[in-house]
Amino acid sequence: MDSPPRIPNAALQPQSAATITFDDVWIGFEEGPILRGLTFSAKPGETLVLLGETGTGKTLALKIAAGLLSPDRGAVHALGQDLSGKSEQELLQFRRQIGFVFQEGALFDSLTVGENVAYRLIEDGAPEEVVTPSVQEVLRFVELEHTSDMLPSELSGGMRRRVSIARALITRPPIVLYDSPTAGLDPITSQTIITLILRLRDVYGVTALMATHRLQDGFALANFHFDPETRTVRRGAAADRAQQPITRFLVLRDGQIYFEGSPEEMLKSKDSYLQRFLI
Amino acid sequence: MSLQSLTNLFTPPRYGQDTLDQMDDIGVGSLPIVLLSGFFIGAVMVLQTGAQFQRFGQVSLTGDIVSLALVRELGPTITGLLVAGRCSSGIASELGSMLVTEQVDAMRAMGTDPSRKLNSPRVLAALITVPLLTTISVFVGLVGGMVASVFSLRLSATTFWQRAIAILEFSDLMQGFIKSLVFGLILSTVGCYQGLSVRGGTQGVGRATTQAVVVSSVMIIIADTFLTKLALYLADKL
Repeated sequence: MDSPPRIPNAALQPQSAATITFDDVWIGFEEGPILRGLTFSAKPGETLVLLGETGTGKTLALKIAAGLLSPDRGAVHALGQDLSGKSEQELLQFRRQIGFVFQEGALFDSLTVGENVAYRLIEDGAPEEVVTPSVQEVLRFVELEHTSDMLPSELSGGMRRRVSIARALITRPPIVLYDSPTAGLDPITSQTIITLILRLRDVYGVTALMATHRLQDGFALANFHFDPETRTVRRGAAADRAQQPITRFLVLRDGQIYFEGSPEEMLKSKDSYLQRFLI
Repeated sequence: MSLQSLTNLFTPPRYGQDTLDQMDDIGVGSLPIVLLSGFFIGAVMVLQTGAQFQRFGQVSLTGDIVSLALVRELGPTITGLLVAGRCSSGIASELGSMLVTEQVDAMRAMGTDPSRKLNSPRVLAALITVPLLTTISVFVGLVGGMVASVFSLRLSATTFWQRAIAILEFSDLMQGFIKSLVFGLILSTVGCYQGLSVRGGTQGVGRATTQAVVVSSVMIIIADTFLTKLALYLADKL
């Protein structure tokens, strides 16, 4: 096994400066530990791309960040709250502040697209005059406003992911977690999804963790930005963020962070394991 | 799980519309099989017992025995088993499918407690509809018994009804009611538990569905024995 090439910033940032912090997080199942001391933090507005082979614990990390799973050991802070000691009822309240985009969309198949997107607002008892325009707005954002009365089974895989993104952002959460949002999609549809994630980052400034095994998704997020004025995707970082890299790569291997750094640093790395991602 | 589903009913959020939907599914949806089976069980009871009573010239007692058997035993048990077969499996497969397609996780991720949203409406719906279905089943069973006694035993409909109603005491009605409540609780919680315990994808959903029917049916029969014993004990004491 190659030795880890570089783990900068391994020391935790002050909690107040980070939106999500993992501190020596361990979790395992019958087959043994999956995450073995995962430590990282995400600053506000930053997108962390979790890269790794299947089974390295990317989805587990996201579910722990959302409080859907509790770590066996270690601490997780998100939005200034320590998730480790929270009861399920407290975690339910916490989760209302985050958006989660599941790998296959996880749309409620007995509800229409509009009802799926409106779910959280309806749960909060929002009146109809608030729900309908909000649903139309987020469906317009993902360019699917014509699907409001359709059932998820009538949509393509890419459309379901876009509805899932719309559902996650209906309450404008400060954190959005993406679990392999482009897995199994064709390149054009994948590009549509990545553009949506770019828009969410650059228009709403959300902090994001994105689990993926597609390096090109990470590079797309790092090398492009969405210009709200022209409503187009442009190469390079946005002018106001040029000095502040907002996309970082975390490569997971054997339940630990093998590499943490910018896309450029990953490209320059001579490490043989990282090179396998670049081929 | 049963306790949590019931305690959820006393604190918000409550899901009234979901409960009504489940009552429609469990109650209205089960009505045809309950009506059909209830009628023929009442009729066959008369055919079986009437032949014995004819030997002693006591055909008029047929109404008594059919009424007692239906109210105390056959009505709640057969209804419980039929609804378990139809709805416990349905609940398990629906919740199991939601679990394997991450819909339950999505629900939790959006701040909804699946126990409140999925279990409590189903348990409450079963607690309301199974006693109602049992009542309907008993009534239709008596109608079936009456039809069979009129055409097979040449007993008058009036005599049958008079005897069937006169023999019943409050304790008999309570016995049937409590049994149907317990059976409703069993079939709904077993369905929810099996559905939300699915492991192994779609194959697991199939297993959970089968398990839900088997476990709830066996539990209903076992519970019936203990409830009958308890009812007889209480009837002696009171």
